Amino acid sequence: MTTEEIMAVAQGKAPNETFVLNLGPQHPATHGVLRVKLTMDGEYITRAEPVPGYIHRMQEKMGENRTWAQYLPNTSRIDYLSAMAYTHGYVGAVERAAGIQVPPRAEYVRVITSELNRISSHLVWFGAFLLDLGGFTPLLYAFDDREKILDLLEGITGSRLTYSYYRFGGLYNDVDEDFLGGTREFVAQMRPRLGMYRTLVTENIILRKRLEGIGVITPEQCRKYGATGPVIRGSGIAYDVRKVEPYSVYADFEFDIPVFPEGDSMARYLVRMEEMGQSLRIIEQALAKLPDGPVMAEKVPRVLKPPAGDYCYAVEAARGRFAVLVVSDNKEMAYRIKLRTPSFSNLSLFEEVSQGMMLPDALALMGSLDLVIPDIDR
Amino acid sequence: MKQPLRDIVGGFYSLLSGMRVTIAQFFKPSVTVHYPHESLQMPARFRGHIELVRDPATGKAVCFACKVCEKSCPSDCITVEGAKLEGAKRKSVTQFRLDFTKCSLCGSCVEACKSNAIRFSRQYNLASTNKDEFVMDLFKRLEAEGQ
Amino acid sequence: MSLPEPFRLLAYLLGIMAFVGLNAAYLVWVERKGAGRFQRRPGPTEVGYAGLLQPIADAVKLLTKQVIVPPGADATLFRLAPVVVLAPALMCLAIIPFGPHLVAREINVGLLLLFAFGSINVMAIMIGGWASRNKYAIISAARVVSQDVAYEIPMLLVVITMLMVTGTMDLNQIVRQQAGAFWNWNLFKLAANPLMPVTFVIFYICMLAETNRAPFDMAEAESELVAGAFTEYAGMGFGVFFMAEYANIVVGCAVATVLFLGGWQSPIGILPGAFWFLLKLYALVFSVVWVRWTFPRTQFYGLLNLSWKILIPIALFTLILSSVMLKLF
Repeated sequence: MTTEEIMAVAQGKAPNETFVLNLGPQHPATHGVLRVKLTMDGEYITRAEPVPGYIHRMQEKMGENRTWAQYLPNTSRIDYLSAMAYTHGYVGAVERAAGIQVPPRAEYVRVITSELNRISSHLVWFGAFLLDLGGFTPLLYAFDDREKILDLLEGITGSRLTYSYYRFGGLYNDVDEDFLGGTREFVAQMRPRLGMYRTLVTENIILRKRLEGIGVITPEQCRKYGATGPVIRGSGIAYDVRKVEPYSVYADFEFDIPVFPEGDSMARYLVRMEEMGQSLRIIEQALAKLPDGPVMAEKVPRVLKPPAGDYCYAVEAARGRFAVLVVSDNKEMAYRIKLRTPSFSNLSLFEEVSQGMMLPDALALMGSLDLVIPDIDR
Repeated sequence: MKQPLRDIVGGFYSLLSGMRVTIAQFFKPSVTVHYPHESLQMPARFRGHIELVRDPATGKAVCFACKVCEKSCPSDCITVEGAKLEGAKRKSVTQFRLDFTKCSLCGSCVEACKSNAIRFSRQYNLASTNKDEFVMDLFKRLEAEGQ
Repeated sequence: MSLPEPFRLLAYLLGIMAFVGLNAAYLVWVERKGAGRFQRRPGPTEVGYAGLLQPIADAVKLLTKQVIVPPGADATLFRLAPVVVLAPALMCLAIIPFGPHLVAREINVGLLLLFAFGSINVMAIMIGGWASRNKYAIISAARVVSQDVAYEIPMLLVVITMLMVTGTMDLNQIVRQQAGAFWNWNLFKLAANPLMPVTFVIFYICMLAETNRAPFDMAEAESELVAGAFTEYAGMGFGVFFMAEYANIVVGCAVATVLFLGGWQSPIGILPGAFWFLLKLYALVFSVVWVRWTFPRTQFYGLLNLSWKILIPIALFTLILSSVMLKLF
């Protein structure tokens, strides 16, 4: 800086200098490869421009070059933390297209596994979010609980993360008594654990000061950007695909949608913690009501050729509303598969909401949005 | 005046309860498995790389190279070759090449095979410094096991 | 046997340097094992039995790294900063009474000297950050300085309170005043200051903030985005900063033990000695590790708010309260 510049700053006449800081594709925090170009004025962010695309794997294009059944593994990998729900969305769309009826036992098992997956996804979010904020221990407690879920699901599907469990017309294979007994035990011991998280983390004054009032998202902003999931439920709007457009057998279960009106990061945090409790309720009810019977529809053709047309199916994944649009032209491969992913819409909020925030607060906001980058880029 | 004081005391108390939780966890046993000194048993349905099934009656591979698995694989991992031996009614497999670097363990091949000739193994200790070790010839492996 | 004075002092100083070195190395082990146990996992176990040789392995690793002085950095200050961070900790330990006769130098203004040297620590981090010529290191170092200065004030208010209660600055005298069983410790002297436990808590929090420990570790853990004040330090330079952090923790806990928990006095009235001092010291160090692994980090303005808006008023209040109590009774 020259003498003139120093004098200008001392007299308070310096122009507002901003610099560009690159929150590079590689994060210390576990969000994935997202690049955010921050224009900062000292400590405050004047503009945050997310640059996605670093993990674009052409999932939608791959749908056009794979047969309907060959595309199933891809669906698990779009959002690997909530893989069951994404497979459910795709399988539901193709079943609608081909007019396949799923037997009730398969539907109930789908609900149980989807809800277990939702809990495990929220546990990862919980651990990673706290890691961003500097508390290292709850991550390991959350992962301990998650191990139990993963072991349960590994017992029936064979994989821990990318399940590929649902098939057109039902499931890959049936659940056994080990799974059902293990799930009951898990539900019994998970409730006290949620109480422990409340004491250790939610009521902690340091965390409350970090999250209350930070990153307020108004319902109008949610509507503009199409944000769904805990983001919109933390801003006071009770929108959950399981209640608004019930799919599978969710209409048979009694559960609440946690809604908090404040719209700050604390509200979104509380929504997810409450959702874990509600998922436990759904699993208990599903275990009690599980019917006997086959888990696969009869007469599902080996080579599926659904009638031509557009078919859509939406599910409530852990991050929000996931919708699949399949366009079929009566061939063994899809003509077009369109994936509407929640993290993409949730991320688009970030630019507007983070204006004027300080950087650590903006990172807390990003953590509370619960983004999974492969979900954004597909 | 009262409210801030109550906030401070309440806040401090929340810190103490948090500390009580962690010290309770301190005295509980470790939940980790000391790999590689100990290891876990894989469940029955665990998805390791696929392997050929041996027919207990004849001692040979069940697979007769119908190539349905090759067609069903989404990632083009499998190449099967078969030849008809003399006096046999159908082909038997001579080469079953699995490119494991592309395999996503989706199970399409296992499901597609109508004769249950392939199944998942339970191998997970698959580290190697050589990429060629992951392009496996499952038929050769089956033969090697037989000896 | 009593050595002539200079040799006795030299022997003590060598002992203190060995104590600091050993502590710095093995407190890393305690921290990692403690972190592991809090997180239901074993912690380091491979190197040596129960991982006891892990600090040695870490030290060897740090020693074998190239110490790079960034071009454009102020080389003298850059190399000086780690030394200036470590030296005050050693000096402070020279006056702390480990046992009834186990003190390097009995000085009748011991308390003053402790806090004088404690302030040098702040300056040293500023030197380190400035000499690195790295934009983020300077910002980080500036934050550390404002944090440390903000927390010195309640700490000194607490010390003044203790000074009024004990009436002397000589650390050994302070410990001797707490003779008898544990209800004679300064922590329980409620007649002199009814809010004594609060005073102790304030001192403890200030000690955590002064040593940049979680939940106040903005300086080091700033690596949410950028690296902290010590980014440009590689190899042993970083190792010395690390050692200095643990040495500061030991000093802080030692001062807390002497001032509040009776130093080398035993809690049951018999057999006082260095053993009790070390026991109390390491119990406090364990609690520092416990606090670190339990809480998330505070936000920077939250940290300053805590100091200026909460701790200082409370510390002033206890000061006035104890002076009133001492005047009346």
